Amino acid sequence: MSALHPPISEPMHRDRLEAAVSQVGTVILGKQRAIRLALTCVLARGHLLIEDLPGMGKTILAHALASSLGLQYQRIQFTSDLLPADILGAAIYETQRAGFVFHPGPVFSQLILADEINRATPKTQSALLEAMEEHQVTTEGETRPLPQPFFVIATQNPSYQVGTFPLPESQLDRFLMRIELGYPDSEAERALLQGRDRRELVTQLARRLSSEDLMTAQSAVADVYVSSPLIDYLQSLLQFSRQSPLFRVGLSPRAGLALLGAARAWAFLSQRDHVLPEDIQAVLPAVVGHRLHPSEEFLNEPIPNLVARLITAVAVS
Amino acid sequence: MLNKRHAKPSPPLSDVALQWLIAALGFTVLPHLGHLPVWAGILVFGVAAWRGWIIGNPRMKLPGRWLRISLTLLVVLAVLLSFKTLFGREAGVALLAAMMAMKLLEARTHRDGLVLLLLGYFLVMSNLLYSQSPLMAIYLFGVVIVLLAAQIMVRRQHVALPTRGALRLSLRLSLQALPVMLILFVLFPRIPGPLWGLPKDAHSGLTGLDDKMTPGAISQLIASPEVAFRVRFAGPVPPANQLYWRGPVLWRYDGTSWTRSLDLPRQRFPYTVQGKSIDYTVVLQPHGNRWLFALELPYSLPPDSGLTTAFEMLRRNPVNELMRYPVRSYPHYQTGDLEPVWRWRALQLPPGNPRARALALEWRATQAEPAGVVRTALAYIREQDFFYTLEPPAELVEHNIDHFLFDTRRGFCEHFASSFVFLMRAAGIPARVVTGYQGGEINTLGGYFIVRQSDAHAWAEVWLQGQGWIRVDPTAAVSPARIEGGIQAAIDPVSLPFMARRGVSWLHELALSWDTLNTLWNEWVLAYGPDLQREFLSGLGFGPIDGWGMTIGMIVALGLLIALFAAAHLLSRRAAADPAVRLYERFCARLARRGLMRQAHEGPLDFTARAALRYPQWAAQLRRIGQLYASLRYGRALPDAAALRQFRQSIGAFKG
Repeated sequence: MSALHPPISEPMHRDRLEAAVSQVGTVILGKQRAIRLALTCVLARGHLLIEDLPGMGKTILAHALASSLGLQYQRIQFTSDLLPADILGAAIYETQRAGFVFHPGPVFSQLILADEINRATPKTQSALLEAMEEHQVTTEGETRPLPQPFFVIATQNPSYQVGTFPLPESQLDRFLMRIELGYPDSEAERALLQGRDRRELVTQLARRLSSEDLMTAQSAVADVYVSSPLIDYLQSLLQFSRQSPLFRVGLSPRAGLALLGAARAWAFLSQRDHVLPEDIQAVLPAVVGHRLHPSEEFLNEPIPNLVARLITAVAVS
Repeated sequence: MLNKRHAKPSPPLSDVALQWLIAALGFTVLPHLGHLPVWAGILVFGVAAWRGWIIGNPRMKLPGRWLRISLTLLVVLAVLLSFKTLFGREAGVALLAAMMAMKLLEARTHRDGLVLLLLGYFLVMSNLLYSQSPLMAIYLFGVVIVLLAAQIMVRRQHVALPTRGALRLSLRLSLQALPVMLILFVLFPRIPGPLWGLPKDAHSGLTGLDDKMTPGAISQLIASPEVAFRVRFAGPVPPANQLYWRGPVLWRYDGTSWTRSLDLPRQRFPYTVQGKSIDYTVVLQPHGNRWLFALELPYSLPPDSGLTTAFEMLRRNPVNELMRYPVRSYPHYQTGDLEPVWRWRALQLPPGNPRARALALEWRATQAEPAGVVRTALAYIREQDFFYTLEPPAELVEHNIDHFLFDTRRGFCEHFASSFVFLMRAAGIPARVVTGYQGGEINTLGGYFIVRQSDAHAWAEVWLQGQGWIRVDPTAAVSPARIEGGIQAAIDPVSLPFMARRGVSWLHELALSWDTLNTLWNEWVLAYGPDLQREFLSGLGFGPIDGWGMTIGMIVALGLLIALFAAAHLLSRRAAADPAVRLYERFCARLARRGLMRQAHEGPLDFTARAALRYPQWAAQLRRIGQLYASLRYGRALPDAAALRQFRQSIGAFKG
């Protein structure tokens, strides 16, 4: 298997990935960690959910990632009247051909920014989420594969805002990570204010990776070595989440797999061929934050605090 | 402050936890059904079923407060009506079980669950007030495991375990507690009697000999298959005609019944003994009276007991728990003189029975010495057509000795003993009735002797000048088989309780095996009181040990146990740890001495990076150590000797 893609011995992709990270960093200032997490998410073949207020740079991040990684990019603005066909595409009667011809929707792209996903009705939401899960679209009895690589960045406004349909738990689970961008620190903000228009900058970004390079890197991530002590540590974390009174429900086996996949990608991005406990700890908040719910005793404690308690409670092995 | 605490409501009890609680509490009350009043049993299980049904039908409502209050008052009233009191064993258990059912009706929160659990554990204990058999113990262990599983379910509000998982966890916890239980059992300083005062009626319904023999008393006792006591002989089992287990001695006769006279225990033996001794240990079932049984005549005393003038062993307190005591007896003895006051008592007779008196005076006139009278009387019983039977004809109120001796001539050992003593006294020979047990059954499997209530017996003692008190068993004259072969040989077995019949049936063998188990349980678990504890511990080589010694021993043993667990835990980790981990731990320990502790959750890179920040002078070295360890521990390659050497060197080179 490793004979097919020997990138571990080949630092090329990593250097390019590193270059992509720093390039996106020139547009989104002061958000190095969020950018790395986003790229980790791509490498782990997962999808990303960004939850934040408008104007935090969600769109710019998605756009910059697409440009740097050489991905075909589409943005779908979700609204309450958006229909599934608006995303997936529809067959339209063409008089010249005297028949129905399928017009692919915006979902047929490599990187999709699903903006404000919780503004659309559940029906439309699930059309996209199903496509994400299955990597293919079935309409009018015909199954059409989605392009490779396929990566969705969905953004959502905090659910307390009006006019939202919050994603149900089962659908949140489809996203490998959920991150928040947050306000930039004052230095980064100053640079932002002094700098040029971001949208203009994004268009000028160079392509650092081809989509083939990205797919090779994705395969290499699956080869990152996971030692038995690390599995012990991961299991202790899962076990703790299930037994601790902090959480209503513990982490599922799927969450465990997601955690491991993300940690592999993070290790890969950190130029390592094996996963360390630090890698797990780095991705843990983004991976489990949207999968855990506090128990009633800890209802008032924010989830990031609880996740931090989870990390500090489990000893590395 | 208090209001604030109340403001936070207890989290709700999950349905699964409640179902577990209902099941566990049902099992706890189950053994009580035999002695609870019928209404209480129906109430407890009815309410439990009701509560279970409400879980299954969420639309059903729990009964309202007024219904609950009136039900509770009704229950208290019912207990009062049934028992005339709210206290004591019977009423207390009924009240507890019924109140627990009432609590079930209002159980909705976590806190209610805890209250129910505590009630449940208490009810488990209450079962021991009725039975302490090994079967009950096994059952209660099972119940505790179910209760513990219920407790686990109550605690885990949201993450329900599957039934088997909960039981397995609870079993594991119980097994882990087992060594602690054993240490506490063996070493906790025992005090005589139970730890807490038992209710007054806790010992009612115990069977055994009384200090009063009315006609029919012993034949009633014979109907009971219950074990009176068990005996282990140190040497061979003595012949059957020596197996007279002495109990209460009866002096006073009022024309119908015989009673003990006031006789205080003393510490010295009022007789001399000769010949070979018989050594044995008795495990006596509780019988609610003070006397202890021994072969005639004992020449050693269990602690807290003394010997009366009539050679009865009397304990200071009634035997309400199983009791185990060693005895040495001598079948040959010489009791010496009779004090005038006792002589007077041994000759006391009520008026009446003129024919018997006349017969006795006639014998006295024809015989030169008292021994001749005794012989004549025995010959009389043997030669006239007396008949030994469990079902004697109805008694007359007046002159019943005459009635028996001259009219019916059908009777049981009590009739023979009573008439014989009457005749002796009428002839001027001091005599008394001795009650106790005669014979017993050997359990070859367990190598011990079982004496049942059906072996109860009464015989006579006469005092002869120069010989002292000697035993005379008139029953042996009429039915020698009773003495040689036991009650089974003398009586039609159908009239005896099943366990008292003997024969070669496999069922009887099985029963004896079960009795063996019971005996071991009795001797080593139930009879494990202060004496046995001291004996056992000195047998282990601790020498004489007092309560403080035991307490210290207990604490040391518990400490050792905990240390053992901890060591096993550490060793299992140590053994698994590869050399790189040991080196890394040494490195961490070195930094810890400098005041930089590694957090348990800190990975190698994070920790060494933190250390590098603190000690910039060694930053490169520290980072290198972290990287080497990370790749040795978590890396792809198997740790080879070269990499390990490198790691060891860099740690050795680190001078921090």
